[in-house]
Amino acid sequence: MLSETHPTPGRRSLTLSARLAAALLLAGPVFLAGPVFLAGPARADSELLNVSYDPTRELYKDINAAFSADWKAKTGETVTVRASHGGSGSQARTVIDGIPADVVTLGIPSDIDAISRLAKKIPADWRTKLPNEGLPYTSTVVFLVRKGNPKGVKDWGDLVKPDVKVITPNPKTSAGGRWNFLAAWGYAYEKEAKNADKANAFVGELYKNVPVLDTGARGSTVTFAQRGLGDVLPTWENEAYLVFDEFGRDKFDVVVPPTSIYAEPPVALVDANVDRRGTRKQAEAYLQFLYSDAAQAIFAKHHYRPLNRAAAKPEHLAQLPEVKLFKIEDLQGSWDDIQKKNFDNGGLFDQLSKAGR
Amino acid sequence: MSEIATDLPRHQPASVVTEGGLVRGLLIAVAIVFLALFLVLPLATVFVQAFAKGWDAYLAAFHEADAHAAIRLTLITAAIAVPFNLVFGIMASWAIAKFEFAGKNLLVTLIDLPFSVSPVVSGLIYVLVFGSQGLIGPWLLEHDIQIIFAIPGIVLATIFVTFPFVARQLIPLMQEQGTAEEEAALTLGASGWHAFRTVTLPNIRWGLLYSVLLCNARAMGEFGAVSVVSGHIRGLTNTLPLHVEILYNEYNFVASFAVASLLAGLALVTLGLKSLLEWRYAGDIAASGRRH
Repeated sequence: MLSETHPTPGRRSLTLSARLAAALLLAGPVFLAGPVFLAGPARADSELLNVSYDPTRELYKDINAAFSADWKAKTGETVTVRASHGGSGSQARTVIDGIPADVVTLGIPSDIDAISRLAKKIPADWRTKLPNEGLPYTSTVVFLVRKGNPKGVKDWGDLVKPDVKVITPNPKTSAGGRWNFLAAWGYAYEKEAKNADKANAFVGELYKNVPVLDTGARGSTVTFAQRGLGDVLPTWENEAYLVFDEFGRDKFDVVVPPTSIYAEPPVALVDANVDRRGTRKQAEAYLQFLYSDAAQAIFAKHHYRPLNRAAAKPEHLAQLPEVKLFKIEDLQGSWDDIQKKNFDNGGLFDQLSKAGR
Repeated sequence: MSEIATDLPRHQPASVVTEGGLVRGLLIAVAIVFLALFLVLPLATVFVQAFAKGWDAYLAAFHEADAHAAIRLTLITAAIAVPFNLVFGIMASWAIAKFEFAGKNLLVTLIDLPFSVSPVVSGLIYVLVFGSQGLIGPWLLEHDIQIIFAIPGIVLATIFVTFPFVARQLIPLMQEQGTAEEEAALTLGASGWHAFRTVTLPNIRWGLLYSVLLCNARAMGEFGAVSVVSGHIRGLTNTLPLHVEILYNEYNFVASFAVASLLAGLALVTLGLKSLLEWRYAGDIAASGRRH
């Protein structure tokens, strides 16, 4: 009862341990925090946020550093470009929900359309604001296979063979997943003499061979390369070569199909946010910088297809093979239609997954 | 598993254990193999992978601006969430254990809510309320207040997820202690605050320390809810668990596991302190087995 005023010997040792425990509790975070608080972040004059899709992490690390140096030389102002990466569709969702992005660099036009339509933060005619419909670079889809290509995958037609396991991200959340879906559809459409039903059936067969649908392209790459699942990974050209560089060329081969899709990862200014944050000048300069020779050379270095090939180094261009590319708009019409018909709720992808079960 | 074997034949007083030595050994072996495979091995893997390329590579993972930012954010989050839950937890359990009032059961249920809701949902509710398409999102935007995809959102989500830890631990403890000691203090002329400070608080201190420990571990380790509200902006809104995922997805496995080993280390320290408290002050932490 009165243990506080008349401590027994047992209580005395108890308070000692109490002090010890409390000291440990306090010391832990301080020990961790010490070096961190001493270092502190570098103060920036202004800050930009680039909300991007999944596989561009390494690319924008280089681009952002180059832009900061360029801007500092031109204006004397230090600008820090922050980056956020994830599946293109989920990234668009975070912009809609209010992440203060100054620019978006996403994997597919329909994701920027979604921001424009649902949040009105980007004008509907955003594709007219920048050169080449907002595409400073383009890309395509190639196949990454295990060394020696044991399943003999050469073209899109091989992906529906019953013994071939295909790793591709979920087209609902990932732009890369949508390009894979559309590339397979376009291949079958051309092959089946422009018969849309047969093209639909082909894509349905393909997705029966998919054991895992990750939410982003990077997730699928890790599933294929690190966890060792599947026989073929249809993926962004840049992502396939990145795996080469990261995991060593002795484990994988890149197979370039005879035809593939003209993949369009566009960039846009988030008007509502830059006006609110007062970063319009820097954000516009950042987007313009993507079309500069310096940035074009960086795109080629990271295995993206630059708009201005003259700015890229020849050895980087040599790594981008000639492929017959088709534009999905030529086969299916406007991006609104493409998104609605294939990926919105009740669209082709939903119908095929239902039928596949 | 070995406990089950000894518990079964309680109604046969002649022999406590009926199974032969072989069966018992086998059951114990199964339990140990299971523990090794699903607990010890993955934990060891974290450290093995972290040190796969030696000390220098391990330390390099922490000498990086993004890693510093993640550690700082995690500490800030815990430094706000834990004291908040500490104060709230004491107030709630004090009210619930020592007083009778209408709606008490409802309050207990509400405190339990975060335990039964998936962390992803916990994050999403904040997006739905504070997001720019959400309930008060447009108002916040007008007044230039950023809640989600910024530190306030991360702190809110963490507080929500760690809400029940302190209260759940203290309510049964305080209920069993009853109100007799406080009543005595009041009769002897102590003020309410004095009684709380000199009687109630000392009585629950070990249980309190224990629950703060668990609350802190969860606050620093929470992934799901924080992932939803973070926006994954490098150097700004990534906590340690999110930083681990990013590094892993960038094929930076050594750095990823090095940062993960920091969290694993935190878990081990928590476990150690928790065991120490349980061993030393079992009766003061939990309600059952307490004699006073």
